[in-house]
Amino acid sequence: MSVDGKFGDYGGQYVPEALMPAIEELEDAYERYVLNNEDGFMDEFRTRLRDFGGRPTPLQRADRLSERYDREVYLKREDLVHGGAHKLNNALGQVLLAKYMGKDRIIAETGAGQHGTATAMACAHLDMPCEVYMGERDINRQRPNVFRMKLNGSEVNPVTVGRGTLKEAISETMRDWATNVEDTHYVIGSVVGPHPFPSMVRDFQSVISEEARTQAREKMGRLPDAVLACAGGGSNTMGAFAEFVEDDETELYAVEAGGSTLDVDEEAGVAPNSASLTTGSEGVLHGARTRLLQDHDGQIMESHSISSGLDYAGVGPELAHLVDTGRVTAVNVDDDHALTAFHRLSQMEGIIPALESAHAFGYLEEHSEELGEFVVVNLSGRGDKDLESAIEETYERDIDIAPNMDEFTGGL
Amino acid sequence: MSLADAFADGPAFVPYLVAGDPDYESSLEYVEALERGGADVIELGLPFSEPIAEGPTIQNAIVRALEGGMTPERYFEFVEDLDVSIPVVCMTYYNLIYRYGDAEGPRPFVEKAADVGIEGFVVPDLPAEEADPLREACDEFGLDLVFIVAPTTRGDRLDRIMRQVSGYVYVQARLGTTGAKSDVSDQTGSSLDRLSDYDVPKAVGFGISSGEHAERIVRGGADGIIVGSALVDIVAQGYENDESAKTTAERLETLAHELKSGAIDGVSQRPPHSERT
Ligand SMILES: Cc1ncc(COP(=O)(O)O)c(C=O)c1O
Repeated sequence: MSVDGKFGDYGGQYVPEALMPAIEELEDAYERYVLNNEDGFMDEFRTRLRDFGGRPTPLQRADRLSERYDREVYLKREDLVHGGAHKLNNALGQVLLAKYMGKDRIIAETGAGQHGTATAMACAHLDMPCEVYMGERDINRQRPNVFRMKLNGSEVNPVTVGRGTLKEAISETMRDWATNVEDTHYVIGSVVGPHPFPSMVRDFQSVISEEARTQAREKMGRLPDAVLACAGGGSNTMGAFAEFVEDDETELYAVEAGGSTLDVDEEAGVAPNSASLTTGSEGVLHGARTRLLQDHDGQIMESHSISSGLDYAGVGPELAHLVDTGRVTAVNVDDDHALTAFHRLSQMEGIIPALESAHAFGYLEEHSEELGEFVVVNLSGRGDKDLESAIEETYERDIDIAPNMDEFTGGL
Repeated sequence: MSLADAFADGPAFVPYLVAGDPDYESSLEYVEALERGGADVIELGLPFSEPIAEGPTIQNAIVRALEGGMTPERYFEFVEDLDVSIPVVCMTYYNLIYRYGDAEGPRPFVEKAADVGIEGFVVPDLPAEEADPLREACDEFGLDLVFIVAPTTRGDRLDRIMRQVSGYVYVQARLGTTGAKSDVSDQTGSSLDRLSDYDVPKAVGFGISSGEHAERIVRGGADGIIVGSALVDIVAQGYENDESAKTTAERLETLAHELKSGAIDGVSQRPPHSERT
């Protein structure tokens, strides 16, 4: 694992000079508190993750899916983390770190609103003021999360430039950081951005695979043949993979959003998917060199996914590197199959998954035979935030396993 | 003319516009009007879709230029079509430089830029740590690489940047993003003080919008002033009010004159050298 912030050719620190001193300060804090547990930082982090966050989360056998696919299917239940997604692992770590660093203001971007709500919760818990930038389009798609952030005392700043999704929200949060860098910490929401963010966020999230690895041994007496996780920026992905990377017997699958199609409309600058690992090319965005959805000239394209949390034109540099080296297999699942998987898991296992996580289950449905006898799926979050979109999107499609939708013509 | 020459006699006025804002032809006229107004160097923006160092004014200009069809290839044509004798500095984000051409890395972009007569680069998302490949290509083709020094840049970082910089150093007058302001930041003075031992022209930018600002900045020791958003605002107003390109060009020229005169006045008001240090 990298200490200099490079993963092969990926990574680095492509940010305005005004931010570099803050990034150097963060590198120093990351090494001292996170890597070396100075002042017992990691002990406090783990304690708070347990008491406030509800960790450890179970590794649960999915009985009916196991039967359906005729193999052992286990769910890593990150949907049970406080707030309903893995996002708290990172947000709590970073807000606590900001406190140790003596910062007194937190900013964050959010796409689905999950990272924003996690950061808002962590800030309320640790008594830090918080402002969250969110694209206007996402604000409309994820209204319950906007309200949750406000309930926790955070301000939510709408971002109106561009298409108003995660990409624009990240750019705008970086601008705020460049303005208020001296007292503010930017809690980035995934394993993206300039070094040390990709490594640091991975370290906060790797509690997922640390637990899952031990739990797999306890329950099955061995390591899984495959671990599946959806990939937007890739934080639940890197979290679910990190401790398995050295285990050659375990295959790792990063499931990207295939959107409506993998074909790209260069003319319009639109990629109707978010599959940067599968279809992207190398470039520099938001502080790092990585794989991106971009046009021939290097202009970043507008991405698309049914799930706002996967709707991003880039991906974490370490994940891109692990795909290039062949350690991680990048696959993708389109909107239709993800939505169908959303309904299937809800019905068969009594768990309504986040639309992001549903992509991993979509892959399981199509390719279970290739995945070995023992499969772990990272259930990165619960779907309560997605109910409005699920109604809308289900209406537009003919999904035979969906419930009768007649009562919901007007939404919830 | 090289960048160093442009700073050689008197304070330099360095305006910024986005190439192709709001359309190719008008934009050519606007740059030419700035030269008539007294510009010594033009920082010409090549629009990138994710301009993280830019405030709303320039973000909107970038959107207009991209919608008007500006691309790296068109940008190079634009520079060739420009009828100006002052040096052109290309201001853009690293991904466009990195992606251009068939070969890996920044070399093809720099080669092409040299070919059309560009004198240097400012790349706001490329700190000194990541700049080696671009620096090498610039050296190979004889172009300057301008770096930004921020109010937060101190000590070792400042040394590292100043070892790499050529042409001029871009002194960022305040924290934050680009954008016209109604006052001049007092962060400028201390930034200039930190730079006084380095023998590179110091051009101050971020927030300068009037002749009076220009005067104060130059009086404080700057060798030049960089003005973007205040000029881009004029382009935006012209676009929104459906003004003729000629009218907008005249208004740009007028503000350019004011800024340049302010800068010149600032020199004559400088305290005697001994008092400054
Ligand atoms: C439940 C859930 N899963 C996955 C993601 C995607 O993020 P990442 O790829 O960083 O895990 C999100 C993002 O908001 C999310 O809310």
